[in-house]
Order: sequence, then C-alpha cells, then structure tokens
Amino acid sequence: MIGRLGRRLFAGRERALPEPGAAGDVLAEAEGLRVRLGGREVLAGVSVAARAGEVLALVGPNGAGKSTLLAALAADLPADAGIVRVCGRPAADWSAPELALRRAVLPQSAALSFPFAVEDVVRMGRAPWAGTRAADDDDRAVREAMAATEVGEFARRPFSALSGGERARVALARVLAQRAPLLLLDEPTAALDLRHQELVLGICRERAAAGDAVVVVLHDLGLAAAYADRVAVLRGGVLAAEGAPGDVFEEELLSRVYRQPVEVFPHPRTGAPVVTPRRSPATPA
Amino acid sequence: MSLLTEPGGRTAPTAREEAPRTRRGAALPLTAGLVAVLVLLCLLSAGIGAYGIPLGDVIASVQHRIGLGGAPLDRVGESVLWNVRLPRVVLALLVGASLGCAGALMQGVFGNPLAEPGVIGISSGAAVGAVASIALGLSFLGNWTVTVCAFVAGLATVLLVYVMSREGGRTEVVTLILTGIAVNAFAGALIGLCLFFADNAQLSQITFWQLGSLAQATWPKVLAVLPCALLGLAVAPLSARKLDLLALGERPARHLGVDVERLRLVLVLVVALLTAAAVAVAGIVTFVGLLVPHLLRMAAGPGHRFLVPGSALGGALVMVAADLAARTVAAPAELPLGVLTALFGSPFFFWLLRRTRRRQGGWA
Repeated sequence: MIGRLGRRLFAGRERALPEPGAAGDVLAEAEGLRVRLGGREVLAGVSVAARAGEVLALVGPNGAGKSTLLAALAADLPADAGIVRVCGRPAADWSAPELALRRAVLPQSAALSFPFAVEDVVRMGRAPWAGTRAADDDDRAVREAMAATEVGEFARRPFSALSGGERARVALARVLAQRAPLLLLDEPTAALDLRHQELVLGICRERAAAGDAVVVVLHDLGLAAAYADRVAVLRGGVLAAEGAPGDVFEEELLSRVYRQPVEVFPHPRTGAPVVTPRRSPATPA
Repeated sequence: MSLLTEPGGRTAPTAREEAPRTRRGAALPLTAGLVAVLVLLCLLSAGIGAYGIPLGDVIASVQHRIGLGGAPLDRVGESVLWNVRLPRVVLALLVGASLGCAGALMQGVFGNPLAEPGVIGISSGAAVGAVASIALGLSFLGNWTVTVCAFVAGLATVLLVYVMSREGGRTEVVTLILTGIAVNAFAGALIGLCLFFADNAQLSQITFWQLGSLAQATWPKVLAVLPCALLGLAVAPLSARKLDLLALGERPARHLGVDVERLRLVLVLVVALLTAAAVAVAGIVTFVGLLVPHLLRMAAGPGHRFLVPGSALGGALVMVAADLAARTVAAPAELPLGVLTALFGSPFFFWLLRRTRRRQGGWA
C-alpha cells in the first residue's frame, strides 16, 4: 500500500508522454559521433539516423562498433565528440523515465538475477508506463508481445529454466511490451533457430509498418538484405556505406569490409541480394 | 547476476521445469499466516519466563492499557510485563524486521542471493562504530549515540563493500564473499583494538553486546533505535518495483526508466539505517537477513513487492522466536541470540553455497 502511494506520489509526474509522430520522422540520430572505450576509439565520427517507419540494419565485422553505436543511440554511452539526439533532443537531456517511454533496447545477452516467471519478465517492460493512462493497456501489451514471440507456452516457467533461444525471445517480448516508438535491438537473432529468426525480423517489419523506427544489429547479411529498408555497414568505427541493401551489398565492398571474398547474387525468386562467402567447390572424395 | 543464469546454457533441469508453480496467489495467505503466527508468538513471549503470566492475562492487560476493557494484573505482574517483557518483544520485532528487510534489499541491490549484512561485513562495520562509542565512553547524543555511531560506520562499510565488489556493473559471488572476509577481518581488528583500550566495565558490556542479546531491553533502548528502524522500513518498499527491474541488470533497468544511481544510493542508505538499528541494540546477529528472504522467495516467488515487506515480517517472526528460545531453552541462564541464529543459519548458508556452486558449475 505504501508502495502504491509512493508510486503515485513520485512517478508519472512531470513526464511528457511522447506524441505520435509521422512516418519519416527522425527518432534517433548520431552526428559525427565519436566514442572512446578503454582508451580505444570505437566510433570515429559516425552519422546515422533512425526514421519512423523504417528498419535500419547495422552490419559489419566483429569489433566494428555496431553495439557501441546502438548503445550510444540508446543514450547508454556519452559521446566524446559529436552528438546523439533522441526524438530531436540531445540524449543527455532526457531523464531515464522519459527515455523509457521513447525507446526500448534489447541487450545482446539476457540475464536475470532472480528466477522470475517468464510472464513477470515480460510485464517488466510495462514498468515505464506505470501511473500513466497507457497502464490500462498493460495486460493486452503483455499478451500480444508474448503471442508475437511465441513464448506463451512457457509463460509460467522461471526464466532461469529456459534455453538460450527461449530467453532471447522472452527478452524480445519484454522489449515489445514496452511499446516505445524507437526499437534498438542488439543481435536479436543470434541465439535463434531458422524459424524464429524469420519471426523476429517479421516483427521488426510489422513494427516499422506501424510507424516505429527499428534499428537492429545483424550478422546475417541475408536477413539484413531481406528485411531492412536501409543498411549501415560499419568498419573500424566508421561508416563504410549506407543505403538500401540492393545498393550497398556489392561484392567488392563487402569483401573489403569483411576481409573475406564474398559473392553477391540476386535471389532467383525474390531478387533480393544473397550474400555468401566465396568457397571453392567441394571436391568429392 | 551470474548465479541463476549461464550464458546460452540451460540450467540443470529441476522439478520446477516440469511442474510450473502458481506462486502468484501465495503472497496474500502467506502474509496473513505470518502476521497471525507473529502476533501469537509475541503474546506467548510476553507471558513465558521466570514469572509466568497466562496468555489470557497478557491480553487483558494489553487491552486495559489501550483502553479496550480488560483488566490490569497485580503490581509485580504488571511491572514484569510492561517493563521487562514487552520492551524486549518490541525490540526483537524491530531488530528482526530490520535485519530481514536489509537482507532482502541487499540481495536485490547486489543482484546476488548471497548478499547479507552479516556475511559481507556490514554488521561488523556497524559494530565497530558501536564498540568504539562504548569503549571511548561517547555520549554526545545521549541514548542515540551508539545507534548513530553504528549507522555512520555501517554506511561507510556498505559503500566500501559496494565499490570493492563490483566490477563492470555486476557482482560476482566470489568477489563478494572474499570482500566480506576482508571487511570482517578488518572490523574484527578494529573491535579488538577498542577492547584493548576499554576498561573492565566497558569490556564486559562490549563482550556481552557482541554476542547478540536483547537481555537489557528497556523502553529508552527501544526509542533509541525506533527512528532508524521505522524510517528504513517505511522507505524500503518504495523501491520494490525498481528492484524487480534491477534483476535484469543495470542497463536494462535504466532502459526501463530506473534512475539506477539514485536507487542504489537510496537503498545503500536504507540498508545502513536498518543494519545500524539492529546492531546498535542486539550486537551482531547473523543469517536472519539471509535465511528469511530465501525462504520467502521459495514460497512466493522473487517479486520484491512482497519480498521486501514480507522479509521484514518474517525477520520479526524469526527474531521473536529466537529470543524466546534463547531465554527459555537453558533457563535460568540465557543463550546469546547471535550464537543461536548462527547455529541454525550457518548450515543453511552452507547448503546455499553448495547449491549455488552446483548451478554455476564451479566458482571460477
């Protein structure tokens, strides 16, 4: 009871709820962003924008700065130079409760200190809305997020008893339940099987179609080509290329960026670019 | 944070996996049960002792005092009940509630089920302040001197442990326990120094106090810790929902709108308040803050909205029961309270360590 009173007293006040935007609005952007971590310059002047209604994929080799860029867009990391804006305002000017209404973040690995049930974990995503009118939608948001990620069947199980892939989907369900207009997903497909990879990127597309801005770090270039509106290719902390997958994914660029010869060819049915490493044909024994 | 999850791996299959427990509805009956048992134990504890007072007479006297009918006892009985037994029961309630609540908060803040004021040295730290104030004969704040000194020293210790045991936003079990050993050792040395400089009267006072006892409970003593304990207990549940989110890790909690730095600061202060309240009157009583939150988590799930107030309730229950046992088991002699709780708490801690190790597959 005291807790409820306290929440009513301290939460929800002076918080401006986000206003619905139009397609194409820039919800997060970095301008000339430089970030140093542990003495190393991880981002060396990157400019990128996440627009409402678009899926932006961040790709590049390991250590290229993808996750750092995502964390900077999430207002987790301070910029050493340049600026990050979320919904038009410098990231550092937002308070944590205000930001939570505007952007949801899926971390690379999902951890949990105590064995909460899956449904409780998903419900944590609704915490930012406590005390606002949107809190009335809590149950529906949780239910829909769990249905979309197909985690309903183990809703009552403790999170700690799930497999890696199941945990990843529960974490995504939590992020979806938050219903923020900006979604930042760090390798959401890394632990998932084929079906669920498609499912997750399908969700990204749906959210973009519904007017959200989605930024997603991906390793699978085929997935990026099939689902992203725009792709930003990072290498060594700078942007090597940015644009529609069909324009950006070319053999010469990708081979250089990944230091691995690749082949790019249009898919025979859909025409989307397919990227595979260049391998010598298997010799029969 | 590493205790219950391993990257990408499935934890050892347990019965829970097959039979999902519906723990959602467990909180309410559990609270009711705890309250009922607690009230009964308090009344029993007020009646049992060298001068026995029947349960009905205890109730009648309490009724009389609060103006709800009933009847007073004879002069001796009234004096025993109101000047000896009841302050002791109230003190046990305060100390137990403080310790239980502090344990639940610490485990939440550290994201680690092994955190406990006694185990990681907060109690010892607070004890240094209390012992020093006795040994140096300080009395600048009257009755509150010991409590305030315990609070200041306890606060410094929490901050120290927190800074020392966290690395990259998480606390590993080994680091936490080893930090606790170091802090306990250092605090032990400081207490030893204080003992060295204390005179005989102070020496026996300190020694007795250190073992953990509520034997010298008086109303002024109750008043001395009441503000600390009540303030801590009132503020603690306000952070319950945020503690739930903190279980996801610091960054995800921030993504969900928690001002992690502020939360941490508030909770560290609250833990110091609660521990100081308990240590100042009862000495070092260990394991209550470890045992109670654990049992409740098993019974009603890890949600802090029940766990934090529930642990206060459970802690009070354990402490009243332990105090009753301490003064009746070997009557007319009295067992030190700290000895009793450690006797039952240590095996539990040992079991917990084994279980944690098994789940994690080693410490390294």
